[in-house]
Amino acid sequence: MSILDKHSKLETNASLLLVFSFLVVTVGGIVEIAPLFYLDNTIEKVEGVRPYSPLELKGRDVYVREGCYLCHSQMIRPFRDEVERYGNYSLAAESMYDHPFQWGSKRTGPDLARVGGRYSNAWHVQHLADPRSVVPESVMPKYGFLLENDLKSDLTADSLKANQMVGVPYTEEMIENATADLFAQATPDGDWDGVQARYPKAVVGDFDGNPDRVTEMDALIAYLQMLGTLVDFSTYQADQNYR
Amino acid sequence: MKYTATVIALAVAAVLALMGAALGRDDLFRAHSGILFFILTAAAFFLLNRAPLSVPTDAGAIPFRGAGESSPAYIDGPIRYGVIATLFWGIVGFLVGIVIAAQLAWPDLNIEPYLNFGRLRPLHTSAVVFAFGGNALICTSFWVVQRTSRQKLFGGDLAWFVFWGYQLFIVLAATGYVIGVTQSREYAEPEWYVDLLLTIVWVAYLVVFLGTIMTRRESHIYVANWFYLSFIVTVAMLHVVNNLAVPVSFMGSKSYSAFAGVQDALTQWWYGHNAVGFFLTAGFLGMMYYFMPKQAGRPVYSYRLSIVHFWSLIFLYIWAGPHHLHYTALPDWAQTLGMVFSIMLWMPSWGGMINGLMTLSGAWDKVRTDPLIRMMVMALAFYGMSTFEGPMMSIKSINSLSHYTDWTIGHVHSGALGWVGMISFAAVYFLVPKLWARTQLYSLRMVNWHFWLATLGIVVYASVMWVSGITQGLMWREYDEQGFLVYSFAETVAAMHPYYALRVLGGGLYFLGALIMAYNIYQTIRGRVRDERPLVSLAPQPAE
Repeated sequence: MSILDKHSKLETNASLLLVFSFLVVTVGGIVEIAPLFYLDNTIEKVEGVRPYSPLELKGRDVYVREGCYLCHSQMIRPFRDEVERYGNYSLAAESMYDHPFQWGSKRTGPDLARVGGRYSNAWHVQHLADPRSVVPESVMPKYGFLLENDLKSDLTADSLKANQMVGVPYTEEMIENATADLFAQATPDGDWDGVQARYPKAVVGDFDGNPDRVTEMDALIAYLQMLGTLVDFSTYQADQNYR
Repeated sequence: MKYTATVIALAVAAVLALMGAALGRDDLFRAHSGILFFILTAAAFFLLNRAPLSVPTDAGAIPFRGAGESSPAYIDGPIRYGVIATLFWGIVGFLVGIVIAAQLAWPDLNIEPYLNFGRLRPLHTSAVVFAFGGNALICTSFWVVQRTSRQKLFGGDLAWFVFWGYQLFIVLAATGYVIGVTQSREYAEPEWYVDLLLTIVWVAYLVVFLGTIMTRRESHIYVANWFYLSFIVTVAMLHVVNNLAVPVSFMGSKSYSAFAGVQDALTQWWYGHNAVGFFLTAGFLGMMYYFMPKQAGRPVYSYRLSIVHFWSLIFLYIWAGPHHLHYTALPDWAQTLGMVFSIMLWMPSWGGMINGLMTLSGAWDKVRTDPLIRMMVMALAFYGMSTFEGPMMSIKSINSLSHYTDWTIGHVHSGALGWVGMISFAAVYFLVPKLWARTQLYSLRMVNWHFWLATLGIVVYASVMWVSGITQGLMWREYDEQGFLVYSFAETVAAMHPYYALRVLGGGLYFLGALIMAYNIYQTIRGRVRDERPLVSLAPQPAE
């Protein structure tokens, strides 16, 4: 029992105990997390994934603020039932600009990774305002207040810059046009060409049914309508990204 | 005036908060700063009014509600406050839990926007984990480290700073969730400025705890303190790394995580799982290693086992995070590594359970006669049960069914209500008579009622969640003979209703037990003893 006898050194020296136990708890994280930052095959090489448009980003902020991730995952697992129910399994690349990730851990409601384009804007407005008017079995809270809240635009460029600092490839052009793009995407006579040139496949139009205002509802639905739509799975080669 | 410096510091902080309320760059930051301003101003006025009246007997030890010092050699004031805070936040956390459980069963109970499920759920988890659990850990660690080191808390009034700073963290986190300030990292929802406050408080906590150990008058550091120390150090590491973020504005409430997607997910669950492993396990094992032997009057069963299971537990736990991300876009090698280490974790976990339970060898009769021992034994039983269930659920094929369902919720609650809750209740029942120099608790029969209500509540909760989780998992993947999915998602939601309603009942029983405890503790502090038939008659019973 010589090793256990030596243990009394740790038991009688607080600094030694502190340093030793700290070293012991660092190992797992270093081995598991650090390689994800440099192993090339961690994130698949795919076409189409782009940074969020300003409106989508603001909508995502609403999604985060309301705690949607507590009941809705955004991570389709590679099982037959999930792929049939929700669509192609999720790729790491599809959340590579998600600060923070929204994979979720619980499905009280369905997965939303590919909800984009599945329902009309009007359906989303009614469902968010009164979920049980469209899905009687739903236990989702009501989010009608989003229709009343004007979308705040003062920190739009700052939001893009903060994302740029953590690695999202927003260009200077995107940041310059951030506030204009925010409103243009949800306004019927907005500069849609500019928005879609900077953010390909961005869904444009009035989302909340009220063309005179840009509300938090507009932003949230713009975000929901693009979820999972960026990668074209008809041309995606899964076998080239085997991990 | 003893509080001059504190009042000035509070006033300065209040002015800064007022500036934040006026100049903040978004509504939520202004609202949150306004809340902070009111708290700090109220605290400053409270101290101003109180200062001339109280004449503390020694630094940091303020007699609380007229009780005498339990021992002049130790600083027990913050522990007294900590015990009350533990009970208060426990009841708040359980109550919010019942509310959100009821919202899932009867969704019309959601009141938009402030009392929607999505905003209250983090309030529930933070209230029970950090407010109830955290206060229990801080106050018991202050008690244990002083007694086992035969030394006063290091740093004098620093312990008060830790206590009040931690309460401020809780209140800011909680009010933030309700108004919509969150960074959406489970169990790490507070935004960057609240995280900074917690970091400062936590460093002060480490200084108090480590300083006390370093100035100890015992040659050896007692095993409970190993666990407490590793809990404090590891939580500091996890908290700092997981909350790395870039604020949109230094006068704004919003920040964006330093990491994205897959890296962010693993960082978060490295944190999330070890919030369980170190906050809810290592810390509470420290609690168990002191209060169990004390109450049983027996030494810890095996010194060697405590060494082996301590080091293996803290080493293995850190690796287990990826089991929260099975079959996701996290690379397979990381998932497999997480699964393997999670399964290995079963052994050191049970090492702790065995060491605790076997401490009773030679004193098993106390399970019958002493409701506190009964509570500790039940806590260890639930610890053993959930640390078996956890490794099992981390097996990928089982996880494919259990993940995203209520099974996970049930698992967490058998650990949180059964292990964390029960061992904390036992520690509080142990501490209160000593802290307020009472000869005994107000009523042992009420402790017994609490024990049975809590146990029944957990059993109802956990079994209902097993059924709902497995039902839901099976319904999602059920195919008919033509190869079509049988159930729409909405049908699986409807099927959950009876279980969600029953869960409210389970939580309600547990909550009722906690209310009985609060009354019992209140009367004990007042120095009353209930006139009741003894719980067990110690006189020999004639054979019938």
